[in-house]
Amino acid sequence: MDMRTHLARARGLGSSNDGVGHWWMQRLTGIALLPLTLWFVYSAIQLTGATHAEFVTWVGAHGNPVLLILLVIAIFHHGQLGLQVVIEDYIHGEGAKITLLVISKFAAILFGASSIFAILRLTFGGS
Amino acid sequence: MAAQNRPLSPHLQIYKKQITSVMSILHRMTGIALMFGAVVLSYWLISATYGPESFQTAQAMLGSWFGRLVLFGLTFSLFYHLGNGVRHLGWDFGMGFELSQVRSTGIAVVVFSVVLTLLTWFAGYAMIGGA
Repeated sequence: MDMRTHLARARGLGSSNDGVGHWWMQRLTGIALLPLTLWFVYSAIQLTGATHAEFVTWVGAHGNPVLLILLVIAIFHHGQLGLQVVIEDYIHGEGAKITLLVISKFAAILFGASSIFAILRLTFGGS
Repeated sequence: MAAQNRPLSPHLQIYKKQITSVMSILHRMTGIALMFGAVVLSYWLISATYGPESFQTAQAMLGSWFGRLVLFGLTFSLFYHLGNGVRHLGWDFGMGFELSQVRSTGIAVVVFSVVLTLLTWFAGYAMIGGA
């Protein structure tokens, strides 16, 4: 039995043992995604029906690789944080919850890293 | 307050649908859809590294009627999640908590996402001459 008072349990990093880190990163990545996604939609409109050559030129054009990499990092970080909350809210079995949390984190990093590698490869040639 | 007497969350089965609750769950659903969209973005980028043929395959798949339907849904999801995300940021600053404001900002987000989605697709079709 936990002999601590409710206040003692909530102090410091709180019951999540994570403090406000999750909350803060969700806001930070969300704010970053406002301009990044609007830029991406604008670019995607221009790329409607683009050929391979046109696409590769666009990816490597000055500024675009950096914005694309930032977009990918912010998307997968923000998305992973969001998925985590959904999983924690709806999956009640401890084993299934931990498994899904690990899979979602690994998948976000895998797809994020693969996308960044693709952006670099398209930028520096050798495709 | 004793731990046993805490207020319960509403029972969804008998809970009357309201703009607040519907928009809240839509925020989650569009978020999950956008995570799928992020994987599509990954596929799009990676397909180009395998050369013109595989990129063409990706373009044909995304350009098919089913691909366009998915992309249309993702466009709406993006603008909805973005607009409603800004609404959430407002709440984080303690703004817009009156019931009337919650309703009006909610309607504004829905109008914003529908208009921006249609504008994006008009612009996209204009790029390829309406094909």
